[in-house]
Parts: sequence; C-alpha cells; structure tokens
Amino acid sequence: MKPVTFGRRSILAAGGAALTLGVSAALSPARASGLAPTPSMRGGSNNYIPDAPIVDRIGGGGFWMTGTVRRAGDGAPLVGQRIQIWAHTTEGHERDRHSHGATLTDANGVFRLEMPQIVPAFGQPHGHLAYDSGEFETVFLRPIMPSASDTSLEAHFVLKPA
Amino acid sequence: MARARAVIVWTALFLVIAIPIAAAAFSPLLAWRQPIYIAAGLSGIAAFALLVLQPLLATGALPGLNGLRGRSVHRWVGAALVATVCFHVGGLWITSPPDVVDALLFASPTPFSAWGVIAMWAVFASALLAVLRRKLRPRNWRVIHLVLAVLIAGGTIIHAVLIEGTMEPASKLLLCAVVALATTKAVLDTRVWSRGRARARRGTPGPSN
Repeated sequence: MKPVTFGRRSILAAGGAALTLGVSAALSPARASGLAPTPSMRGGSNNYIPDAPIVDRIGGGGFWMTGTVRRAGDGAPLVGQRIQIWAHTTEGHERDRHSHGATLTDANGVFRLEMPQIVPAFGQPHGHLAYDSGEFETVFLRPIMPSASDTSLEAHFVLKPA
Repeated sequence: MARARAVIVWTALFLVIAIPIAAAAFSPLLAWRQPIYIAAGLSGIAAFALLVLQPLLATGALPGLNGLRGRSVHRWVGAALVATVCFHVGGLWITSPPDVVDALLFASPTPFSAWGVIAMWAVFASALLAVLRRKLRPRNWRVIHLVLAVLIAGGTIIHAVLIEGTMEPASKLLLCAVVALATTKAVLDTRVWSRGRARARRGTPGPSN
C-alpha cells in the first residue's frame, strides 16, 4: 500500500482516510478474521506533540475534523477514546502548540473537533491525527483534503489491542 | 536587427523569470506562513527560475553572452543555484524538521519530495564536478554534466508541478515549459556524441583524449 497515491486526489474521490481503510482491508490477509487495523501513514507523526489537551475547539474554529474509532476484528465502536489532532491552519504552523488539541469519541465511536481552516503546507492541504493512549497500538494518520477549499476532513481509526 | 533581437530575447527572459516569482510573492498562502517558510519557498522558486538561464548560457544562446562569457556567467549562476537550493532546504528544515528529514530519506508521504531531493543531489554533483572538471576527460565531463542537467531540470519540473503551494498555476506551467524547452534544445545542440564537433566547438585545445 502506497500512501503517496493519495496525491492523485482528482482521481480518488474518496477521502484519504477512508481509502486507507478500504485498501488495507482489501489487501490484508487478516480480512477473513474481521476488520483489519489501520496502519500508520507515512509522515503521520510529523510535528506530533504528546499529550495535547482535550479542548472544546482548537482556536477560532470554522473547520471540522471528524471520524470514527473502531476495534479491529469485530468493528465495535470504541467509546471515550482520545484522538489528538493538529495541522497547519490559518492560525498557526504544525509546530505551534496552539495548533494542537484532542477530543474523545462518543457512544458511537465518533469524534468531531472544530478547528481553524487547514491551509496547504509542505505541498498538500493535510491534517494529522494520533491515537496513542496505550490501550491499543499507536496509530498516526495524515489525511489529505481533496480540495484546499474544503471545510472538513475525515479520518477513521481501526485499533488493535496493544 | 541584432539589437532588436537582443531586446526581445532579454525582455522575454526577464518576464519568464520575474512573473512566476512575482505571482508567488502575492500568493494568499503567505498570510499564514512565517517569514522563514516564505523565504524558503521563494528561494526554491528562484532556483527553478535560474534553470531557464543555465542551458541558454551554456550554449551561448543569449545575445551578448556567447562563448566564454556565456560559460563564465553559467558558472556564477550555477553557484547561485547551489546557494538558493541550500537556502530552500535549510529554510524548510527550520520550518518543519521531520518533513525535511522524511524527504531526504526518501520516506516522505508526498511524491514531489523525492524529485526535489534527486534534483538537489544532481545540483550538488554538478557543482562538485564543475570544480573538478579539469581532472575529467572533456567528453566525459560533458556527458556527465548533461545527464545531471537533465535530472535537475526534469526533477525540478515534476517537483514543482506536483506541489500545491505558493506558485500561481499558469505561471508555474509557463516556467516548466520554458525550462523543458531550453534544456532540450541545449542537449540537442551540444551533441556530445560527436567528438570532433565537440572539440571544435570548445575552440580551445583541451587535453588529448
């Protein structure tokens, strides 16, 4: 699986994260035994700062990062999982502490965090997400926006018990 | 007539180089970037623009800068190319170290990074060989330098095209097209495969092969 093919976003209408899920599930030999775990993406952990605080909103908001967290194998939604999010936005660089925040999944394993508009940096409009709370294996994602004018981005986690 | 041609050639050249840089300097993305990131990006664009000059200087295609004068300026522009590439990579490193480390290790998620790094090493190799060129057989030097030049131009064009950044799309494609044309013409004109002609064109008695 090559995350680099995500750059052809005009061809791939599906979101980068959704694609990872689909491709990895299709290619994984573990498919027969259920939902395969999401692998970390190349560059996903770049400019990661551990222990981003849980916030209602990063900065002034206006952009939505959404997604789901499920358990590998049976696909059960995982409740109360902490997902950390950061990006280069209209309010700061990836390395700025104020560009980082975290949120928890709800009863359906869904997370939603409002943040400032993501703008292209290092050649692509992209976000970063991390799961690293320890109960499951750590996963870093780096989804790409199909268009820089999008006002939301999705990323989905399938986690494997650590 | 020659004077009119010179005015036209130099004006066109100025526009081809100045328009993409000026357009990038007005990119809306700059509002959300720190000065070092802005400077690093513009330095990369300047390096790209210098690639228009190199093949024209090397083949003496520019009015008033033919023969040895052209090649002398070619060396200075080559040195400027090394400097702008270093500033580009260094500035990006300061902006986001892990992204640059990924690129240099060919482990980046972005496909354009590898092409930029290939072009960077080809620039450095060209500069090193240019310094050591007297130790090489003239024909070998020309062949190696041409191969590196094609890698630099081709790698940079792919690098630039795939990036969603500060360059304005139309002026970026214009610069890509002119660099591709100028490099192709220089390769065809140089004819390194013809020893006699290459020696005659040099006009100076080099060491015998």
